[in-house]
Amino acid sequence: MKNNYALWIAAVSAALLTACAAPLPSSADLDKLTQDIIGRSFRAEGQAKLDRVSPDEDNLACAEADRTGVALDAKVAEAIEARNMKTIQPPTDGKYLGDFKEGEKIAQSGAGKTWTDKEGSANGGNCYNCHQISKEELSFGTLGPSLYNYGKLRGVSNPNSSEAKPIVEYTWGKLQNARAYNACSSMPRFAHKGILSETQIKHLMALLLDPASPVNK
Amino acid sequence: MKKILIVFGLIGACAAAFAQKSSTDSIAEYRAMLQDGNPAELFEAKGEDLWKQKRGPKNASLEQCDLGKGPGVVKGAWVELPRYFADTARVQDLESRLVTCMQTLQGFNADEIAKTPFGSGEQSNVTALATWISAESKGMKFKLSQSHIEERKMYEVGKRLFFMRGGSHDFACATCHSQDDKRIRLQDLPNLTKNPGAGNGFGAWPAYRVSNGQMWGAQLRLNDCYRQQRFPYPLFGSEATIALGVYMGVNGLGGEATAPAIKR
Repeated sequence: MKNNYALWIAAVSAALLTACAAPLPSSADLDKLTQDIIGRSFRAEGQAKLDRVSPDEDNLACAEADRTGVALDAKVAEAIEARNMKTIQPPTDGKYLGDFKEGEKIAQSGAGKTWTDKEGSANGGNCYNCHQISKEELSFGTLGPSLYNYGKLRGVSNPNSSEAKPIVEYTWGKLQNARAYNACSSMPRFAHKGILSETQIKHLMALLLDPASPVNK
Repeated sequence: MKKILIVFGLIGACAAAFAQKSSTDSIAEYRAMLQDGNPAELFEAKGEDLWKQKRGPKNASLEQCDLGKGPGVVKGAWVELPRYFADTARVQDLESRLVTCMQTLQGFNADEIAKTPFGSGEQSNVTALATWISAESKGMKFKLSQSHIEERKMYEVGKRLFFMRGGSHDFACATCHSQDDKRIRLQDLPNLTKNPGAGNGFGAWPAYRVSNGQMWGAQLRLNDCYRQQRFPYPLFGSEATIALGVYMGVNGLGGEATAPAIKR
């Protein structure tokens, strides 16, 4: 009886030791475990296919920097920006600005790309989720900077002028692929990831840069 | 019952009136107004009945279910979940643990329940049970265990998932929930990486959602986060969702359990 008791204590201690004193696996092993768990935890639904959880080189580096609080190595950041810069295409017809009224509608809409959205339906830009844009819309988020008076503050009085060219091209690039300018920006890569069409991006350009847009009033 | 119907009617009327206003203040005001009549109470009552009722192929109640503090102990169980369970050899949250008990004690098919859409069949019963069980810990402080190696691993996995950028929009949980005092549109975003945000955010679900008149458990809350992140569909009770629960719950240690809350 006494022997049994001792055995029992030994067994419990062993179990506790393995459970409590076991060291945490290495960071690389935890990364691997996370990938395995992702593989077992999701299924495709509607247009949201499993490729959306397969690691993307840019996102892996930024996620690690976010998680550890250790800023990206300058070389890695440059490489991410260079990679994304290559995806930026100038407008096919050379015209950068569309209709600001259409731009406002796109900025308002948060629709698109979820598993409950119909594939191929028009996507929104989700802009107001994170940015103040026009003065009239009070329901805006604060994750991104205010874009109110975006063109005006940058001195854009004629978007077609040569003086306005650098800011027009920068804004176009930023809307196409924000991570060409800021490696770990939280802003979606609207053109690169097929979220917004070229025409939609032109409308957003007008919302931000057209002197007649409510944004610049 | 009549009173309940009146409450629901009022919610409808208020929701319509509320749509006209839009400010964080009126949301707070509205929540305060409803505090006395949170419809979650209906689900609590249903959950308590379901716990005690003999059901399933084995015609048994859930009163012997071990939620981590021993068979049948409900009070205080929720503020220690997710945790490691030796009998299933995995870390489980409240909802996945309930499904285990429904299988072992009552003879239900756990896989079938996991595949059932939220809000229907046995899934709606799981939500009601989770509502009642969380309510039994209302006001208590979160004290999740990190003593078992599997619990510590799940925290680390949860942290990785929280910061993982993916989907068509490159969104991570962290995109919206890793800074203080931010909003999406007018909705305040809790910082889930630390208190008070982690305790407040994690500690509020299950919650009654006024905007759609539904009772949502933590699993559905996370499922809808992933939908809006444009990720694929997280399976019910999947390790990913449980790991995120561990991450948020441990970050929320010492925070107060307010579930079942009432939400926009």
